Amino acid sequence: MSRNLIIGIALTVVFLALAAVSFLWTPYDIEALDIPNKLQGPGGANLLGTDHFGRDILSMIMMGARTSIAVALVAVGIGMAIGIPLGLLAAARRGSLLDELIMRGNDLVFAFPSLVIAILITAVFGASAVNAIIAIGIFNIPVFARLTRGAALPLWERDFILAARVCGKSAARISVEHILPNITNLMIVQGTIQFSLGILAEAALSYIGLGAQPPTASWGRMLADAQTLVSIAPHTALVPGFAILLMVLGLNLLGDGLRDWLDPRIRVARV
Amino acid sequence: MPGLSTGRDVLDALHFITMIRYALGRLTSLVISLFVASLVIFAVIEVIPGDPAAFMLGVNARPDTIAALRAEMGLDQSVVTRYFDWVTGLLRGDFGQSWTYKTPVVDLIADRIWVSLPLAIYALILSTLIAFPAGIYAASRRGGPGDITIMGATQLGVAIPNFWFAMILVLIFAINLRWFSAGGFPGWGDPLQAIKALTLPAIALALPQAAILARVMRSSLLDMLGEDFIRTARAKGLTRRQALWRHAVRNALIPVLTIIGLQFSFLLAGGIIIEQVFFLPGLGRLIFQSISARDLIVVESVVMLLVFTVIVVNFAVDLAYAAVDPRLRARA
Repeated sequence: MSRNLIIGIALTVVFLALAAVSFLWTPYDIEALDIPNKLQGPGGANLLGTDHFGRDILSMIMMGARTSIAVALVAVGIGMAIGIPLGLLAAARRGSLLDELIMRGNDLVFAFPSLVIAILITAVFGASAVNAIIAIGIFNIPVFARLTRGAALPLWERDFILAARVCGKSAARISVEHILPNITNLMIVQGTIQFSLGILAEAALSYIGLGAQPPTASWGRMLADAQTLVSIAPHTALVPGFAILLMVLGLNLLGDGLRDWLDPRIRVARV
Repeated sequence: MPGLSTGRDVLDALHFITMIRYALGRLTSLVISLFVASLVIFAVIEVIPGDPAAFMLGVNARPDTIAALRAEMGLDQSVVTRYFDWVTGLLRGDFGQSWTYKTPVVDLIADRIWVSLPLAIYALILSTLIAFPAGIYAASRRGGPGDITIMGATQLGVAIPNFWFAMILVLIFAINLRWFSAGGFPGWGDPLQAIKALTLPAIALALPQAAILARVMRSSLLDMLGEDFIRTARAKGLTRRQALWRHAVRNALIPVLTIIGLQFSFLLAGGIIIEQVFFLPGLGRLIFQSISARDLIVVESVVMLLVFTVIVVNFAVDLAYAAVDPRLRARA
């Protein structure tokens, strides 16, 4: 395993652990306001300081990790659950009208500026974590559909697929039993990258007030709250920012490291 | 055929014909994309709950006043009529009348675009200026300390949320050093001041994009350096450096061009959040204000304009790509 992979695993595990522990315990209750104790710097009774309501920032980071991970993970799940079958279908019926429709549909979703549409969706249906998930998830669908089709096409030319066809297996069965297992590595690597992009997207949406709503903690909204305080209490902006940076960095290193480790030939899309 | 005397001429003519065929094919899908996009945007706006007329008049409005306003806004027409009116209006350059500002939407957009467009172009220039040297240097020193440092920096650049980076820039350069103002836009009356006001936002937008672009530049260049024509150039007696600059960089630019095209549309749309950080009166602010005021015609038109720009820029990139690389035309 490369050094990058180890750093990636370590960072990812730390944040997953912070989120998991927050279900059982946080240093302080994040809904309890303690105004006299507001804007304390890091290092005192509150390890990472307090915000403008005197809430413990470490506790909010732990709860925020839960929100970020949940939103990004479900969004990746939506992308995989819809995108992979579409890609398999397009590859199995390559050259057909159906294939053309699926791929043109993908191009169309890609053509939409994702952020604008996410803003539109959350504005229309209301700002909430669920709508943020849907908005981010929609844009994961074409990523997985296109990648699946691209990886599945050359597999369809291989002898073992021909053998399966000779055995009388249907295209659907071949897709599930033979194509899918051969593209799993690729999907895991791309899934990790989309996960990290999802964390960034969730942070951006909650920063402009269109993500998870109070009292749910979220890193993006912590940054929005910190914006006017940045000159008097820089730690309120620095801590959540570094949380996002380290989590995303960890996932990216994990994705790249996994790719090199599982199969160096894999190429992932990242735009 | 007269005029086609040599084999070269015939090839050029064929070249031209395949290029035209390719362009027509892309043009068809461009038109279809724009049509479907307009349908989707219209449909999304249609399902927004609540009656814009009732919303604008407030809770105490009399039903007949609301009905009168609905008629004035054309809301009493059928869905099909309204869609048709909207699209034909767009085609004529008439984006309709804003319900809250009481001015043509075109004027609202024209005011804001002079912030958003220069910001996106500024960021694109910065991104390219950072990414090209960084990517080329990293590729030419593959595996060396310079390469490792640059690649490490791009990992950070990709992971930084740009709005947070913007806040850090404000903290350092506006609040502590006082070199720039923390936000706002003075207008283009004094171009130097305007550019200064856009500098921090452009840096914040550009850096994560520069990180992606530098990685693409590096890997594209490394692919090229492994090609036979580079070995030929070296065998011909060119130094590594000469082969890199004369042959590899030019060819490596093709995939980089695509990414730049994609990034432009991202920068235009991504500016929305950065505009919020710096209180810039651009298209992003316009969208936000219109959404909260239920000024649907403005939201619809601005989103359509952004989608239109993205689709057309991608179309232009595809054409440029095909003009440079004949293999792509053959595949289409």
